[in-house]
Amino acid sequence: MSAPATHAPAPHPHHYTTLGLDNRKVAIWAFIGSECMLFVSLISTYLIYKGRSVVGPLPHEAWTDPATGHALKPILNIPVTSASTFVLLMSSLFMVLALAAVQNKNLPKRTRGERILGSSKLWLLMTAIAGTTFLGFQAFEFTSFVHEGLTIRTNLFGSSFFTLTGFHGAHVTAGVLWLVTLLAIDYRRGLGPRDALLVDIAALYWHFVDVVWIAIFTLVYLIK
Amino acid sequence: MATTVISTPAYGGEYSGEQSVLWSWLTTVDHKRIGVLYLYTALGFFIWGGLEAVIIRAQLGAPNQHIVSAEFYNQLFTMHGTTMIFLAIMPLSAAFFNFLIPLQIGARDVAFPRLNAFSYWVYLFGGLFISIPILFAVAPNGGWFGYAPLTIKAYSPGINIDFWVIGLQILGISSLAAAFNFLTTIINLRAPGMTLMRMPMFTWMAFIVQVLLVLAFPVITIALVFLLLDRFFGTNFYNTVSAGADPLLWQHLFWIFGHPEVYILVLPAFGLVSEVLPTYSKKPLFGYPVMVYSGILIAVLGFGVWAHHMFAVGMGPIADTFFGLTTMLIAIPTGVKIFNWIATMAQGSIRYTTAMMFGIALVALFTIGGISGIMHASPPADLQQTDTYFIVAHFHYVLVGGSIMGIFAGIYHYFPKITGRMLNERLGQIHFWLTFIAMNLTFFPMHFSGMLGMPRRIYTYDSGQGWEVFNAMSTIGAMIWPIATLFFVYNFFKSRKSGEIAGPNPWGAGTLEWTIPSPPPEYNFAKIPTVTSRYPIWEGKEVDKEDARINSQEGKTPADLSIIMPYNTIKPLFVAAGLVIMFCGLISSHALIAVGAAVMVFSLYSWLLSPLEPEHH
Repeated sequence: MSAPATHAPAPHPHHYTTLGLDNRKVAIWAFIGSECMLFVSLISTYLIYKGRSVVGPLPHEAWTDPATGHALKPILNIPVTSASTFVLLMSSLFMVLALAAVQNKNLPKRTRGERILGSSKLWLLMTAIAGTTFLGFQAFEFTSFVHEGLTIRTNLFGSSFFTLTGFHGAHVTAGVLWLVTLLAIDYRRGLGPRDALLVDIAALYWHFVDVVWIAIFTLVYLIK
Repeated sequence: MATTVISTPAYGGEYSGEQSVLWSWLTTVDHKRIGVLYLYTALGFFIWGGLEAVIIRAQLGAPNQHIVSAEFYNQLFTMHGTTMIFLAIMPLSAAFFNFLIPLQIGARDVAFPRLNAFSYWVYLFGGLFISIPILFAVAPNGGWFGYAPLTIKAYSPGINIDFWVIGLQILGISSLAAAFNFLTTIINLRAPGMTLMRMPMFTWMAFIVQVLLVLAFPVITIALVFLLLDRFFGTNFYNTVSAGADPLLWQHLFWIFGHPEVYILVLPAFGLVSEVLPTYSKKPLFGYPVMVYSGILIAVLGFGVWAHHMFAVGMGPIADTFFGLTTMLIAIPTGVKIFNWIATMAQGSIRYTTAMMFGIALVALFTIGGISGIMHASPPADLQQTDTYFIVAHFHYVLVGGSIMGIFAGIYHYFPKITGRMLNERLGQIHFWLTFIAMNLTFFPMHFSGMLGMPRRIYTYDSGQGWEVFNAMSTIGAMIWPIATLFFVYNFFKSRKSGEIAGPNPWGAGTLEWTIPSPPPEYNFAKIPTVTSRYPIWEGKEVDKEDARINSQEGKTPADLSIIMPYNTIKPLFVAAGLVIMFCGLISSHALIAVGAAVMVFSLYSWLLSPLEPEHH
């Protein structure tokens, strides 16, 4: 309670651990294992309900309302989502560069290129921007679906699609908040090799969320 | 419940210092004190759930009774199951995880002390959230497994199920946070020389349980999220009527969680008994490696048997055969454990202490529950037995005969370590025999009423079907439980005040936790021990004996030993409160969601940005 709330906890290398790893590194892997089961449940439900909606709009097929004769196009916009997928994958690259920059903070930087590559603030910011861009794409996708008549209540596809991708979007949002927090710490006191673990676990989470998106993009968007 | 939390600490004055006693408990991050909080709270909920059962049995004692209404009866059996599983047995196990894991592996605390406090507070608030509605007769009423579509808004329009969905979601967060914590602790905080195959069997079973929790809880989280969205936002996950949803989706998701949950409930008790039986037989555990492997095998197979809860829904012969076979297979590692316990006792010099009696009772009673389980592993037999009292008899032999007997064995065994004083053995023996008689008198006749066709979950029944005598027996048995429990409660509080002083190792046990004073100092081990064997006290080398001598010294403060202890902090409690307020907003005012989220996020940042402990020098 009396602790000053001024700076992030630094890793404590003095603590003995069995594996020699920081506890947080072990815990984030356990957490990721758990998250796998979370997304497996969501994706399985989506796949089980694929093709079982009794009304449209549908992901890959055109649908005509038998009552009104109103025709609906397939709703998934694969070119746009491919673009957002590319942005998200690039964010993983930025994340790797951010971690490398923090780890190598103390190395001398002679050229302009080395200075750019060595800027943890730049790469953390780029990762956060890429993540936010992905979320922007998702907001655009969701609103256009709603305009085309697909909400979370419309049919089984709508319920399982919005829940699955919404869960993923929430994970990206949490990741962006995490990155912004790291960025704030970096501005406040500078992140150095001592803090590499803080960035390392954020990176593990971020890459995991990306990998999940690859599974979602393949199973939901690409496979008809 | 609130009163149990603020009861005087078992640790005497050493923690109070300049803070008030209450504040020291609200802000504690010490795994032993959090374990004690879990113990008191879970025992409170155990009594609460037991009272619900007593009312249920009173209602069923004779045909055509109307002590409670059918509607309230639904709430009673739903809350009895939910309370016993999520608020009593799991947290009683968590009490032992908290107290014992660091002591058994030679660690000063769990990996994340503040997260540990957070788990407890979420459990307490979530438990109250789901338990209080029954006082106003608006408790959940859809059974402890809450089958959808029955539980969607169309068929359960009241607020009852909302409490259940949200309450379980809250409790799941507590269990998951605790599981990450214990998993990391066991993997990463073992003392030098404490290899995996030297870990005490309780820690091994705890390890397996954490893996099960980490993998099974996300599945029910998602099942509950779907139900929550269906109830609050009109999605179609369980809408079988107009949207074409699959009526079995809930059942599959629930039981993929629900069957591993059975092992989450019983493996900790197996672990406790694997500490108790060797101690009072004066022999190392028989077949230690096989005990480990059978535990792992139970966990692996546990994920492949879920649909045996669903034979009656008509999955077809291939699925029925597969799940029937995997279910029969799981009896093999379980049987191995039973035989190993018997072999542990064989030719030992047995002391029939209360802990030992409860331990032996587990071996005997769990075997009965296991055998009736194999009976309905066969789908044709199951079709006759499902949804009858035979099933009720089966899972009570497993959960009361297994989990509860093991937990009581653990309480009698570890009470001296937790409080520094011995429980009264004479009162303990009375408690054991009353419990043993009550247990069998309550649940054994249910095999017969079930075989005679009495369905589960009916609030009353007509005379003349041959069920009267068995129901009367069950009810008499159920009425003995509160008497047994009174002996226990009296013994517990009396002994905590004035029991015989225990000393570090009153039972002559062999594992690390018995090398340190009772109750343990806040830092646990003055010197982190070096471990050379499974039972350092029994078969340890010179180095173990020297470590034990140093660690058994009493009265040293952390400052004397220059051990850095974590700060106490109220922040985990605030994060937990914010979380629960947020969930409360779903069923009251949506403004509460914003308030709860603000409290949670602010406290969480404040927690994460403040150091755990003073700087090292």
